[in-house]
Amino acid sequence: MSATAKTLDKLIKKEYAPGFVTDLEADTLPPGLNEDVIRAISAKKNEPEFMLEWRLEAFRHWLSMEEPKWAFVHYGPIDYQAISYYSAPKTREPPKSLDEVDPKLLETYNKLGIPLYEQERLAGVAIDAVFDSVSVATTFKEKLAAAGVIFCSMSEAIQNHPDLVKQYLGSVVPPGDNFFAALNSAVFSDGSFVYIPKGVRCPMELSTYFRINAAKTGQFERTLIIAEESSYVSYLEGCTAPMRDENQLHAAVVELVALDNAEIKYSTVQNWYPGDEEGRGGIYNFVTKRGDCRGRKSKISWTQVETGSAITWKYPSCILRGDESVGEFYSVAVTNHCQQADTGTKMIHLGKNTKSTIISKGISAGRAQNSYRGLVKILKSAENARNYTQCDSLLIGDRCGAHTFPYIEVKQPTAQVEHEATTSKISEDQLFFCMQRGLSAEDAVSMIVNGFCKQVFKELPMEFAVEAQALLGISLEGSVG
Amino acid sequence: MLKIENLHVRVDDTPILKGISLDIKPGEVHAIMGPNGSGKSTLSHVLAGRAGYEVTAGTVSYLGRSLLEMKPEERAREGVFLAFQYPVEIAGVSNIYLLKAALNAIRKHKGLSEVDAMDFLKLVKEKIKAVNLDEQFLYRGVNEGFSGGEKKRNEILQMAVLEPRLCILDETDSGLDIDALRLVAEGVNSLRSPDRSFILVTHYQRLLNYIKPDCVHVLAYGRIVKSGDASLALELEKKGYGWVDQLVSVGA
Ligand SMILES: Nc1ncnc2c1ncn2[C@@H]1O[C@H](COP(=O)(O)OP(=O)(O)O)[C@@H](O)[C@H]1O
Ligand SMILES: [Mg+2]
Repeated sequence: MSATAKTLDKLIKKEYAPGFVTDLEADTLPPGLNEDVIRAISAKKNEPEFMLEWRLEAFRHWLSMEEPKWAFVHYGPIDYQAISYYSAPKTREPPKSLDEVDPKLLETYNKLGIPLYEQERLAGVAIDAVFDSVSVATTFKEKLAAAGVIFCSMSEAIQNHPDLVKQYLGSVVPPGDNFFAALNSAVFSDGSFVYIPKGVRCPMELSTYFRINAAKTGQFERTLIIAEESSYVSYLEGCTAPMRDENQLHAAVVELVALDNAEIKYSTVQNWYPGDEEGRGGIYNFVTKRGDCRGRKSKISWTQVETGSAITWKYPSCILRGDESVGEFYSVAVTNHCQQADTGTKMIHLGKNTKSTIISKGISAGRAQNSYRGLVKILKSAENARNYTQCDSLLIGDRCGAHTFPYIEVKQPTAQVEHEATTSKISEDQLFFCMQRGLSAEDAVSMIVNGFCKQVFKELPMEFAVEAQALLGISLEGSVG
Repeated sequence: MLKIENLHVRVDDTPILKGISLDIKPGEVHAIMGPNGSGKSTLSHVLAGRAGYEVTAGTVSYLGRSLLEMKPEERAREGVFLAFQYPVEIAGVSNIYLLKAALNAIRKHKGLSEVDAMDFLKLVKEKIKAVNLDEQFLYRGVNEGFSGGEKKRNEILQMAVLEPRLCILDETDSGLDIDALRLVAEGVNSLRSPDRSFILVTHYQRLLNYIKPDCVHVLAYGRIVKSGDASLALELEKKGYGWVDQLVSVGA
């Protein structure tokens, strides 16, 4: 075996550290999906009537839809009746502070490297921790409230801010948008809700940490972020799941709304369990994320580092409706073993002088398949719209694949669209060069991969950049670099 | 410092080196000259531990240890440095990051702590000035878009920062203009010390106008066909590599 292959093998065989299970008493619905299940979810959450109606309508729509088959991924049929659509750790009352949170849960987050207490004390990041179907803790509520920021679980938002929910939920991703979004709309159990009032710069990073724990359950969370005029928020999302032999479904919906001059920066480090070397188990990550730059000069940036999941099907998109609005997509998607990723973005230009940037870095190792799928659509109304797309693929070993599917539709002659794509391989020459300078082969691969991803990593908030690089088995590029 | 005895090396079943012996004492500079394809890079690579070469006979002892049993990164950490004939580009990895990672790997091996960021920056800036590269090269990707001469000077920069014990320069002089050649030579001369040795692989005599070697060896067809002092390089220059063929046929 060559030095490259050996190093890769080592990297690839790395244990999935978040793969443990927390032993908790849970309130779990039996597997199956019908209107009664949806009524039960809605009742458990004590939802107002309008939500139940909304869910039922989505469910009826879903029944008429077919699972999409166009992505470059392969998997057996999903039995939607074999999944449990609700599982929550048993607690009497929703916790008012961290002191009321089940210590086993706190311990779980400590083990995952997200010590909720620490985060609360050290400041900097406010966290909403979502465990299976429900939010178990949200930190920093008071400090945020003082700034007028609402950061709470979706369940709480439905109870306490029904008007905002009514106005915005489904306004970016309508319940019938696609198969998985419809399913999510019918059964979503929790998620995060963020509202930044006019003129407010959110005083800290907001973060949600999603954890799937229970077996045979799906996770269907729903996130809604609203940035009013001239506001700013940076939001981080992280996810892990235990190692299990069966595949688990994660079908989330994220909706972002940016009004005039508002900016939303949404970062994800996705590390769902990817399955084992033979491709057994792992999360099916079928997610709809879309941002609506509704206002003039609004801006939405998606940054994602995708290392986990057996299958990823995900296209965080921007609708550039407001004139001079800006959409950005920075992505690192890593696949190895038998992982499959079909990910990319859609930039829909409607407003004048709108601008979008797409930087996609795909890394493939083992027998994995990594596809970039992107749509840049410039409508007639989008005078002087501009897009720049750069898609780079890095292959490690020779059993993996990288594919690029760029779709470009331009209806406006003044538009400028640029697309660049490269595919490269980590060469023996590069590895030997690094080793001749004293680096181990493993560190050399890490360094080269890290360099390849730099354009994306520099878009991540500091704390996340560290996590992302650690995830790739990489030590942080020095502060002088 | 380095003792090579009867080294035989094959690549893909083809014998390339056919019995090389060299004895390099601490502080010495040995020049290895020879026509293209004579095996100069092969020798350099084998000493540095590159995969793909099969050593079929011979031994190499470096500072009393069997060099051929050491992994490439271990050789590097123990002070073996190869300035590559064709330095590779690594996009996105900044030059200064590579330098720091390399220096720290060597320091760790010696049981030293990581270099202090400020001290490191000072050291690197001083060394880059010596090879007459602009400081901005520190922040560019390793050799990314560098000209041929810039790549070679970058190798010398790395050598100067890492302060190896045994420096192997594989045709670092090739393709350099006279100013760059002088800089490379100054880089080597300033590193010369009683406990550091050099192997200068070169095709031309002109580098040796600036670096005075203790020994000159002529390599041809995988063998050292003649060894001598600095004057041998001049003789070779005068007579050309055609003379080497004569030497080989006489020796054979
Ligand atoms: N990887 C390789 N595979 C096959 N032959 C090689 C390989 N590397 C070098 N050679 C052959 O070995 C001989 C010596 O090459 P090299 O050491 O590069 O010579 P020099 O550096 O003196 O020009 C040449 O005939 C070359 O073609
Ligand atoms: Mg050569």
